[in-house]
Amino acid sequence: MSAVITATGLSKRYKNSVALDNVSFQIPAGRIVGLIGPNGAGKTTALKAILGLTDFSGQLNVLGLDPRKQRDKLMEQVCFIADVAVLPRWLRVSEAVDFVANVHPRFDRAKCEAFLARTKLTPSMRVRQMSKGMIVQLHLALVMAIDARLLILDEPTLGLDILYRKQFYQNLLEDYFDENKTIIVTTHQVEEVEHILTDLMFIRDGKIVLDSDMDAIGERFIEVMVNGDRAEAARALKPLDERQVFGKSIFLFDGVERSTLEAMGEVRRPSVSDLFVATMKGTYA
Amino acid sequence: MKTFYWLVKREFWEHRGGFFWAPLISGGVFLVLNIMALITGEVLGGRGSTHFNIAGGLNLNGHLDADMLGKIGAGLDIAMYVAAGLVLMIMAIIVFFYCLGSLYDDRRDRSILFWKSLPISNRDTVLSKVVSATIVAPAIACLFGTCAGLLLLLIAAFTASLHGLNMWQLLMNSHPLMVAINLITLIPLYAIWALPTVGWLMFCSAWTRSKPFLWALLAPLAAGVIVSWFGLMGLFNLGSGWFWKNIVSRMLLSLIPGGWIRDTTPIDNEPHDPSVLLDHIGLAHNYAALASPDLWIGAVAGIALITTAIWFRRWRDDS
Repeated sequence: MSAVITATGLSKRYKNSVALDNVSFQIPAGRIVGLIGPNGAGKTTALKAILGLTDFSGQLNVLGLDPRKQRDKLMEQVCFIADVAVLPRWLRVSEAVDFVANVHPRFDRAKCEAFLARTKLTPSMRVRQMSKGMIVQLHLALVMAIDARLLILDEPTLGLDILYRKQFYQNLLEDYFDENKTIIVTTHQVEEVEHILTDLMFIRDGKIVLDSDMDAIGERFIEVMVNGDRAEAARALKPLDERQVFGKSIFLFDGVERSTLEAMGEVRRPSVSDLFVATMKGTYA
Repeated sequence: MKTFYWLVKREFWEHRGGFFWAPLISGGVFLVLNIMALITGEVLGGRGSTHFNIAGGLNLNGHLDADMLGKIGAGLDIAMYVAAGLVLMIMAIIVFFYCLGSLYDDRRDRSILFWKSLPISNRDTVLSKVVSATIVAPAIACLFGTCAGLLLLLIAAFTASLHGLNMWQLLMNSHPLMVAINLITLIPLYAIWALPTVGWLMFCSAWTRSKPFLWALLAPLAAGVIVSWFGLMGLFNLGSGWFWKNIVSRMLLSLIPGGWIRDTTPIDNEPHDPSVLLDHIGLAHNYAALASPDLWIGAVAGIALITTAIWFRRWRDDS
């Protein structure tokens, strides 16, 4: 299994802040990686470095290419959806399909038209007439018809209603993703992606604070619901986080023996959002 | 090559209004105004109140000698050039603003991220915009300008025929085909001449974080004012007029069609003979501008600015 992305000592400094601080990571093929972090943690900077949209220091290898020097070649293999509303407002559906079909060597026009047929989009429609959800549908139809090896999604469902959001990730999973493709997604709507992720990366203040696959996370982090009388004993084990629900305490533990915790109360796997909140405690303080 | 063709096509899609409809409409408006003027002339002349005639007060009684006919033919040719020139002027204004927005608008609305998600080099993107500004837009404007000129010619000849002149004889003495070919073959010269302005505007468009119009206009004007002021103080030997003519105006006004004429040797002007004036517009006279260093220095500066714009397009990071 070869790595799609290898980053070593990646750093990026803006005038008065550090966006990436000596970051190293590796992303193998066939994974769906969630890059999760608070606002301003460096997520977008990391993605921009991978896409060759910004300069940086350190080593970065994407699909065997250097995004700084071989960007034009790299973009044949990489797709990205940056945000809603980045499609130009004057563009028509038919023009978008024509244009991408003629400039992208790996674009499958029939596939794209099949995706579009499942939406309400018509060929003569302009982007400025579409709702946010429809714009994303068009963008997704274009991107899914490209046989790329790496897809990067930066807040792809920002501002969409829940129907569009669910449909977006469902389409990706059913019609796009396979073992030869890799998807990196950043989002604040963690609950909606956590079921599709295979890997999780938490980033905070330009540093990667957690980098693990989902199975390992299930083993490492455990949530226990403990009755009030045993709370002191649980606290003694140094939980990451504690919160109160219905008179009981819920503790989140990192790397504590499962059997120990099972003795204290009901054990379950923490949700990514709870894990995130616990890990990022004090970020804005 | 295929990608480049589609890039140019994309520019046309985006700016259909400016590149296609604006010259079409301005040509149409010009024609309508002329027809209105001709009708006014006919009506006033018909009333016999004054001897008012659009055809230039010619006493039209059907007998014209060859010399006179030649002059009328040349006059008609000039009318065609005027029609085309008007459309081209409108085009120049549109292209000015097109260049200013070309590398800025998609940064502002962030659609640059979509274009940059496709395997297109920044060099091709920028060059496709240069070609759109210097070749595509002028070619379309020439086409509509020539059409407007031809229609004007027909209308003028028809009006003349109402006054007893032979319409076909007039038409045979004008040279619509030559006018059209002249205009089209001037496009390459126009492209070279316009490079410094196109380059400067696109440089501003690629470089500025906001308000490209202000930068593009104020920087050369302020430089001109400063040079003039120092000139006033007697610090430079070169007159400030030189600076305004060769730097400021080349940076801002080179899109004006026919600007290169000032670099060609003037022909003695005989205002009463339109065929002499016509020589001014002739191909050979225009292309004599190729001999002037001004044209080439400007082109090199333009190319340098465009190269810088490509660099900024690649590395400007403000999304």
